[in-house]
Amino acid sequence: MYSTFKRTTAALALGVAMAAPAAAELTGELRIFLDTSNPAPRATMEAMIERFAEQHPGLEIETTVIDREAYKTQIRNFLTADTPDIANWYAANRMKPYVEAGLFEDVSDLWAEPEIAENLASTKGAMTLDGKQWGVPYTYYQWGVYYRKDIFDELGLTEPTTWEEELSNCQKIVDSGRKCYTIGTRNYWTAGGWFDYLNMRTNGFDFHNQLANGEVSWEDDRVKQTFANWKQLLDMGAFPDDHTARSWQESLPLIVQGDAAAILLGNFAVAPLREAGLTDDKLDFYQFVAINPDVELAEDAPTDTFHIPANASNKEAAREFLRHVVSAEEQTEINNGANLGQLPVNAQSSVDNDKFLQQGFEMLSTNSPGGIAQFWDRDAPAEMAKVSMEGFQEFMVKPDELDRILAKIERARGRIYDN
Amino acid sequence: MTVAVDVPEQESWFHRNQQRIAPWLFLTPGLLFFSVYVIIPLFESINLSFYEWDGLGAAEYVGFRNYEDLYWEWVDRDAFYISLKNNLIWLVMYLLAIPAGLFIALFLNQTVWGIRLYKSLFFFPFVISQVVVGLVFTWFYDPTFGLLNEFLDLFGLGPLNVLGDERFVTYGIIFAGLWPQTAYCMILYLTGLNAVDPEQIEAGRLDGAKSWRMLWHIILPQLRPATFIAFVVTIIGALRSFDLISIMTQGGPFGSSRVLAYYMFEVALSEYGFRMGYGAAIAVILFLIMLCFIAYFLWSMYREEKGH
Repeated sequence: MYSTFKRTTAALALGVAMAAPAAAELTGELRIFLDTSNPAPRATMEAMIERFAEQHPGLEIETTVIDREAYKTQIRNFLTADTPDIANWYAANRMKPYVEAGLFEDVSDLWAEPEIAENLASTKGAMTLDGKQWGVPYTYYQWGVYYRKDIFDELGLTEPTTWEEELSNCQKIVDSGRKCYTIGTRNYWTAGGWFDYLNMRTNGFDFHNQLANGEVSWEDDRVKQTFANWKQLLDMGAFPDDHTARSWQESLPLIVQGDAAAILLGNFAVAPLREAGLTDDKLDFYQFVAINPDVELAEDAPTDTFHIPANASNKEAAREFLRHVVSAEEQTEINNGANLGQLPVNAQSSVDNDKFLQQGFEMLSTNSPGGIAQFWDRDAPAEMAKVSMEGFQEFMVKPDELDRILAKIERARGRIYDN
Repeated sequence: MTVAVDVPEQESWFHRNQQRIAPWLFLTPGLLFFSVYVIIPLFESINLSFYEWDGLGAAEYVGFRNYEDLYWEWVDRDAFYISLKNNLIWLVMYLLAIPAGLFIALFLNQTVWGIRLYKSLFFFPFVISQVVVGLVFTWFYDPTFGLLNEFLDLFGLGPLNVLGDERFVTYGIIFAGLWPQTAYCMILYLTGLNAVDPEQIEAGRLDGAKSWRMLWHIILPQLRPATFIAFVVTIIGALRSFDLISIMTQGGPFGSSRVLAYYMFEVALSEYGFRMGYGAAIAVILFLIMLCFIAYFLWSMYREEKGH
């Protein structure tokens, strides 16, 4: 409590009305909107809020859970009218429209508190726009290749680390009558994941960021090199032919049934694959291989976040709630295997013993020197993400029409970034 | 009004004008709702199409820029061109529901045991939600476990990835849409057939008219009102084709099954859409297309009224 008091005096000095001793005796109503509509995350969030409520009996907490997809469009309405005190969302460019419209509260003051500044440093960049922080993260997860260990053993393959090994592995898998990677591009973002990795490995993290920010032409030779690498896999028949008709969930049966050897996806793939019967001795994980040895490895690790809407009525309680969410104990608890099964954002919390979380944590903390990206549809502006991911899907079907597809994306770039 | 109060003997203003006021009073609720939900939004949309607005911040006036962008998308054979082309395909193909509905109606227009059951079975697809129709056909077309490919397998054909192939996807969705639409047209024709004058059929028979000639010269002219309504609802249905696309493909693969209505939703309201002005411009184009049909419908209804 002492540190809380100190924090508050500092805040008061800044002219922000935040009564610190009151942290223990928060009153009023706290309305929380969540998109965690799947049963497991929903229960996790509700339990987390319950623990917060126990610490603050004076608060009347009202939680509303909205369907995950519907939430993405409803957020525009509820941020302007009938606004909750807490809403969850995604990091990086995905929050930009709301930040620019002044609908998210600047919470840089929270990030100045040592508790958060020291322990959440790794995700600060993802929460920063215009030099200020607009929310706090509550979970993140690694992306990478999840593969069938038993198939690799059967074919005598080992986890690849270079592009050559990758291609030769894939050739053997194709020769055995399987597909190397299953993918369901009916969700365009699955192709976005492939582009993220191929481009970051071919041209590096900084170039990838420039591309997402519209600073580089899509008809640049370096971009074409990324697609040339992708085409190598396409020409081998590495992906299922009917990927355009499948959603990401519908692409999973191929790997479960052994018709495909691997999938490039976020760690959320593990739960459904386990449920479908793949035990840990059949399923394993490796980091996406290096392609260009001159660029440093960089990873995708999307971060999910909590924000205070600018129109919130109980911002004091909301700030206390954000402190609660990112605290080391809560982070350990909500991200453990029994709950979200993802990585905690607080450096003081412990990562679950799960094999994939351990590998992911290890990879992100020791073997991602290039940087950490959020994901294509969070790093690039929404419209750009949409147009380009559609182009990626089209490229996967018609690789020979790359020039036309890139010209289309380039036109969109000219339109989207000039304003 | 004050005059009426001051001189109570005189007939009140309302009383004197009752005849003229009454229809307007009855029309008021309708007019009110029509203007609030149709007329005003219409002009708002047209106005909005000259702005660039993300739905959150301030709107910026851009003149005809949105329409220019649409024009260039047309020239470049981009999304707008594809949507418009698909809209035309929808308009033409969807009309197949009319002859299909007519023939099912003719087939069911008989009195045998259990005909009511058959009629309701044919009518069934119209009762269920479009969402369900979309899901059923998505599974039907599924390249791995779908019935269609099981069937094609019998002939050694396939697999055919209907919803994942840009060449087939629009036709695949239209076919799904035809299922309930045919049922709708069938019902319209069944009621129409009830009103067919048996004496004229008798007369036709005496003159030696049979099957096709009977249908063409005797039955169809009497079904004109039903055909007109079937035409109207089918055209409107084709232009609003949004739900099936949203459920079956979300406009994919790579945007090749979009129509204008879906494209408008995508750019303005979907997960990645923040271009309200652009969406409004698409809506205006869609409205202009609809206006051609609306004008034609109103004109033929006007002619019909005058004829009587």
